[in-house]
Amino acid sequence: MLNMKDISKVYRTESVETHALRDFSLHVEEGEFVSVTGPSGSGKTTFLNVAGLLEESSSGIYELDGRDVSSLNDNERSRLRNEKIGFIFQSFNLIPELDIFDNVDVPLRYRGFGNAERKKRIERVIDIVGLGSRIKHLPSQLSGGQQQRVAIARALAGEPRFLLADEPTGNLDSEMAESVMQLLESINAEGTTIVMVTHEPNLAQRARRNIYVRDGQLEEAVPDLQVAAAL
Amino acid sequence: MFRYYLKLGLLSIRRNPALSALMIAAIATGIGACMTIVNIEYVMGSNPIPHRSDVLYYVQVDSWDPNEAAVDVDRPPRQLTYTDGTALLEAREARRQVLSYMTWRVVEPEDSEQLPFQVQSRSTSADFFPMFDTPFVYGGGWDKSADDNGEYVVVINKEVNETLFGGEDSVGRTVIMNGDRYRVSGVLDTWDPMPKFYDLNNQHFGEVEEVFFPFSVSIAKELSSNGNTNCWKAPDSNGWEAFKNSECVWMQLWVELHGAEEKQNYLAFLDAYAESQKALGRFARPLNNRLNNVTEWMEIEGVVADDVQVLLGLAVLFLAVCLLNTVGLILAKVMRRAGDISLRRALGASRRAIFVQYIVEAGVVGLVGGFMGIAMTWLGLQGIRGLFGQSRMIDHLVQMNWTMILAAIFLAVMAALAAALYPTWRACRIQPAALLKAL
Ligand SMILES: Nc1ncnc2c1ncn2[C@@H]1O[C@H](COP(=O)(O)OP(=O)(O)O)[C@@H](O)[C@H]1O
Ligand SMILES: [Mg+2]
Repeated sequence: MLNMKDISKVYRTESVETHALRDFSLHVEEGEFVSVTGPSGSGKTTFLNVAGLLEESSSGIYELDGRDVSSLNDNERSRLRNEKIGFIFQSFNLIPELDIFDNVDVPLRYRGFGNAERKKRIERVIDIVGLGSRIKHLPSQLSGGQQQRVAIARALAGEPRFLLADEPTGNLDSEMAESVMQLLESINAEGTTIVMVTHEPNLAQRARRNIYVRDGQLEEAVPDLQVAAAL
Repeated sequence: MFRYYLKLGLLSIRRNPALSALMIAAIATGIGACMTIVNIEYVMGSNPIPHRSDVLYYVQVDSWDPNEAAVDVDRPPRQLTYTDGTALLEAREARRQVLSYMTWRVVEPEDSEQLPFQVQSRSTSADFFPMFDTPFVYGGGWDKSADDNGEYVVVINKEVNETLFGGEDSVGRTVIMNGDRYRVSGVLDTWDPMPKFYDLNNQHFGEVEEVFFPFSVSIAKELSSNGNTNCWKAPDSNGWEAFKNSECVWMQLWVELHGAEEKQNYLAFLDAYAESQKALGRFARPLNNRLNNVTEWMEIEGVVADDVQVLLGLAVLFLAVCLLNTVGLILAKVMRRAGDISLRRALGASRRAIFVQYIVEAGVVGLVGGFMGIAMTWLGLQGIRGLFGQSRMIDHLVQMNWTMILAAIFLAVMAALAAALYPTWRACRIQPAALLKAL
């Protein structure tokens, strides 16, 4: 599913060079649920961005779904993001002036589906996250947990193979975090590959595999032959 | 997808009402200033007789002072002497020709209850009506024999007909002017060419005469012009005959010519005429005869005043300033929405999709700005009316028509799109990752 080999990401500003990722190698199998932990500033978000084609790596090889994506242009990357990848952010990132339906609709619009197809998909995923009765509500009329569920619905609407979540429970109390976690687990059970960055060890442990990032490198991982080989 | 972008545009305008209002106001003000002036320039410069303007030619021959040109350094006088006017009229070298001048008359209603009143009149010849395609409610113009025989016939306008005959068909009835009895041959319908192209020597936007009667009659009655009369040397003596035969210019000749060849021939005829006059000791200046069609003549006579051009320049400059403001405002808006843009990019929007979204939004702002701009234009024109007072010319100048309204909206949308180009370009450079990093 995801195969990174010797990925580096360097940020250059006038005065400093930051090596956010150094020779980062990782293999994620289809259907895995991987949690990523590590200190703040260690490169977790950068890893997710590169994995999600939001940023290009400075060097290294990245294959997504068997395809080398390092050399794709902006348009092709946008298309892949739209079709294959779902994102869940810590701060939900819903568009405030759009209602729930229209928020979930955003990625589908760029996909070019017809009206009927979009409606069907939107209603389905909103049902999955249990917000069927709130479809005409604005984000401001929902609790944090509900907003994150909308964001999850939005990520699922395009039926991505690959879900990337950057601290999805970071802004939620433990009860809500638990329900979001359960939702992610059930999505994973349906076959969607998930990579989730989190600060919370008890949530991280629930993933089938746990990786640890420090200073832009994979430091410690549950035994995995390929990762071990990469190290 | 366009409808989706339209919806997003409207939502965005609603989401930032103050910023949107500022943008719309900036565009509307610029458009309003521009269109006010353009409107005036357009009305001033519009073709008063589009279907005939390139077959009607104004005739000038240089009968002026050998030591000094009549106008500028090399232009012939604006009008003709009686000698030249009548000679060219009688030569009948063009398809049609009309010689005329303006004079005042006093109409004496037969009904003794009514008081006599003064009318602006034009002494002219038969071809005036067909050449200038004047509309008639009743009857028509007179024919050439009336000119030749000095018949007392008259064409009156609707208002005079209303006053004298209560608006009835008055053809064949009698109008008394300065004691003479004229037979009505026709009643003009509303005819209001703007500018008054057939006599630009007087007021460019003057009113059409109320009464028309034969040139031969006015000469027999020894009526001089109430318009401009210019002489480079004094008549030889006092009296009508001396004035008639003097070098004073006071009448206008128009000829109808179709195509370049006819024009060429007529110019050759004018040159030959000038040569014949040189032989008689007149026309001491170099050959300088001119034929200009209606639009050329308007251009030469500067119907669109220079100040209006200057004003237009200023208005365009003002629009540019308003647009620069709009660029800044749109940029501010785009930057405020960087998160939104970055999110859409992350969810799969291409750069092009973002570009189109913001261009459509700008188009919506431009459209609203255009409508507001029309309101501003209307206000501007009312302002001009307030400044210059009520007059037929001002009323005419401050009219708005559909062309102008459509032009205003088109200009507003174009302006908004132009202003949006740079900010929108910036918008689609916003990185999809910017969002996550901002966390
Ligand atoms: N756009 C950027 N420009 C410069 N430095 C950056 C940028 N993004 C991240 N960094 C730096 O890269 C390192 C890793 O950041 P990040 O991936 O956000 O860490 P984490 O998500 O693990 O907290 C940090 O030192 C951060 O300051
Ligand atoms: Mg982070």
